[in-house]
Amino acid sequence: MTVFLLRRLLQAAGVVLVMSLLVFLGVYAIGDPIEILISPEADQIERERAIKALGLDLPLWQQYLVFLGNALRGDLGRSFVFNEPALRLILDRMPATLELAIGATLAALIIGLPLGLYAGLRPSSPVSKGILAGSILGFSLPTFWVGLMLIMVFAVQLGWLPSTGRGETVTILGMRWSFLTRDGLAHMLMPALNLSLFKISLVIRLTRAGVRETMLMDYVKFARAKGLSPARITFIHVFKNILIPVVTVVGLEFGGTIAFSVVTESVFAWPGMGKLIIDSINVLDRPVMVAYLMIIVLMFITINLLVDITYSLLDPRVRLEGKS
Amino acid sequence: MLASPGWGFWGMKMGWCFRAAQGAAVLAFSLVAAPVGWAQTLTMGVGAPVTSIDPHYHQLSPNTAVAHMIFSGLTTTDGHARVIPDLAESWKAIDATTWEFKLRPGVRFHNGSEFTAEDVAFTFARVPNVPNSPSSYAIYTRPIREVQVVDAHTLRLKTAVPYPLMPTDLASVMILDRETHAQATTEGFNAGPMAVGTGPFRMISHRNGDRIEFERSDNYFGARPAWQRVNYRMITNDAARTAALLAGDVEIIDQVPTSDLAKLRNDQRLALSEITGLRLIYLSFDHSRTDSSPFVTDNDGKPLPANPLKDARVRRALSMAIDRNAIVERVMEGAAIPAGQFLPEGSFSYVPDLTPTRFDTEGAKRLLAEAGFPQGFRITLHGPNDRYPNDSRIIQAIGQMWTRAGVRTAVEAQPWTTFVARAGRQDLSSFLIGWGTSSGEGSNPLRNLTATFDRDKGYGASNRGRYSNPEMDRVLDQAMRELDDAKREALLQQATRIVFEDVGILPLHIQKNTWAMRKGLAHDPRADELTRAHDVRPASAAK
Repeated sequence: MTVFLLRRLLQAAGVVLVMSLLVFLGVYAIGDPIEILISPEADQIERERAIKALGLDLPLWQQYLVFLGNALRGDLGRSFVFNEPALRLILDRMPATLELAIGATLAALIIGLPLGLYAGLRPSSPVSKGILAGSILGFSLPTFWVGLMLIMVFAVQLGWLPSTGRGETVTILGMRWSFLTRDGLAHMLMPALNLSLFKISLVIRLTRAGVRETMLMDYVKFARAKGLSPARITFIHVFKNILIPVVTVVGLEFGGTIAFSVVTESVFAWPGMGKLIIDSINVLDRPVMVAYLMIIVLMFITINLLVDITYSLLDPRVRLEGKS
Repeated sequence: MLASPGWGFWGMKMGWCFRAAQGAAVLAFSLVAAPVGWAQTLTMGVGAPVTSIDPHYHQLSPNTAVAHMIFSGLTTTDGHARVIPDLAESWKAIDATTWEFKLRPGVRFHNGSEFTAEDVAFTFARVPNVPNSPSSYAIYTRPIREVQVVDAHTLRLKTAVPYPLMPTDLASVMILDRETHAQATTEGFNAGPMAVGTGPFRMISHRNGDRIEFERSDNYFGARPAWQRVNYRMITNDAARTAALLAGDVEIIDQVPTSDLAKLRNDQRLALSEITGLRLIYLSFDHSRTDSSPFVTDNDGKPLPANPLKDARVRRALSMAIDRNAIVERVMEGAAIPAGQFLPEGSFSYVPDLTPTRFDTEGAKRLLAEAGFPQGFRITLHGPNDRYPNDSRIIQAIGQMWTRAGVRTAVEAQPWTTFVARAGRQDLSSFLIGWGTSSGEGSNPLRNLTATFDRDKGYGASNRGRYSNPEMDRVLDQAMRELDDAKREALLQQATRIVFEDVGILPLHIQKNTWAMRKGLAHDPRADELTRAHDVRPASAAK
């Protein structure tokens, strides 16, 4: 187990290093942050001053080494745009994105698992066919369109929910959370639903496929022959076995939601990390981009680790070992 | 003329379809009017994010709009970008290199501290020394060689050379308090404690990239704003911003997308405010090469021996080949006016008889033949696709117009970040770009866009095509030393005429700025695109 964790940590460090290098080169290739940030009225002298102030006058490799040196001391640089530490900017936005992602993932499990189970156990019923057809919509409708439609129906037309933005927040552990207030929940409902639509469909399909496959297994037939109740067979013997692919996919999806819910956050003007990263890309705010992607890499590695540990709990055949 | 089948093409472009779908989604529903109760709170939805509350950190129009609400300058500008008094009651040039400003007495900062000439001196000292500033306001204070505090309400500013633009420039510099802001950092402003000014509103809270909340200041010396509280929300997605207005979550929005204009105009529950802006959309040409330019070839795709864009006749022909009225009406949906010079009518240094070039395809062909290109040539026209309203559609339209005049044009639109870096490196032969003349007078675009690139004079910094005309430079230099407004205006008009008769840059149109709000609100639109709460009031209230 320890060897396994150590290996994972080493891998993480390697990926983070490569990531930071790629972002440095990428921003350099895309364009010149000064051209984007500086007032168009600035003259040549002011441009030279700004280039120097942001440390962009050094050769790229030198800028990178300076960054690495600071990063080792825990300083990921200051945002060009906001003049605040990049890490703090990202952490400030993190609760907004986290609560949205957790809400969406919970919704996916709460809605997706029972529907998928039902569709798997009664494959030929018309309800199951309806569920499957619905899941196709969930896969194929583009998020920006669904988001706008939700706004049009529930905010503009019916006036039940606020159209955009984050509601009232309460501060816990120095972070602002909105899911604990009524107003906050009302603001969260539509973006969370919009994010979860794809995930619900995914969970339905995975669960259904798993149930159908497992129901034909010998141990299920044996359990049935032994006279176990259908409920016990379904929820103890089948359910546990179909959870492995569901856990993998939901885990990765959860990471993806935190990192890249850019479209939903833009459409709903949700002040989360996704909006921060897209705004930063638009103005080539390199410190924020680098810090963001490094955090995301670490997060994915952590999630993968948790997924692996969950495997070993769900399936006693899986052992966490140093060798791959 | 425009019924040619070619015009169908840009309607099919992906980006356009996407935006149209968004617009249609927003407007596909008609809705029930919400009851209007005019609370004392105004909720605004703005399209561009505010990046800093520190008024001296990052020069950017959304930041300026918020700075105008919290702080004041010695001078400011009205809706038509004319300089008017603010913290200074009057000013005059007492000799060629000295400006004297008489300050308004009895002004207090939000925290009660009194405003005096010492605060101005402190501010001018802080401006060039804000750490890490990506775009400093020092360009406005640099001409000042010495600040003399004559008494608490009189100030003299010494310059090295005569500097007529001092009152104009100082409209951009927000005045801070010597006591309060002695140790102020940019973070201190963003967090709130340092956001103390002499403006109409106090900042209550600031959530980066999300919203800023304001409360009316009782210490303000000017007209009392109509709102006790203001909620300033940033909604960058166009469709979401329009939807927020329709849903009643915000009461006024700026940057109304041109594709939504017609529908919003017909909505009984909404009102629009509109003004001709100061942003010129123009084409820039490669003047930096006399030999072959990278994106100009002959009709067989081989490089030309000489750069045809150096020939004024070719540039004039390209200008004649463009139907500006069609672009304004069909692509911009009327949200622009055709342009023949930098500024709209009524601005300082506007040249009355310099009208937009008349559309004349045949004339353009004749002129090209005269310049030695009876068969035309090939060119690639570049432009951004995410910067100005309908930018990529405009260059597609121009590509077709040029092709019809015999210059076979390929069009390439790119994201602003990539495009502007290439344009700044003189990588392109011809490209679309815009310029907002925040000062509202001609010396600003003349110095930045068309004066010969010269680091020591600080001229031509945004002259990406490297146009150079010694005669224009000479007249401009003369204007920049002329303190007499009438004489300076005549010189600037002369310089402007030289640029556009030579087609140094090719003007297309000047954008209109549009705001949409719930009926029952009135808004004084601003040519400089700033969205400020004190420009909004209930329609029933007197101005």
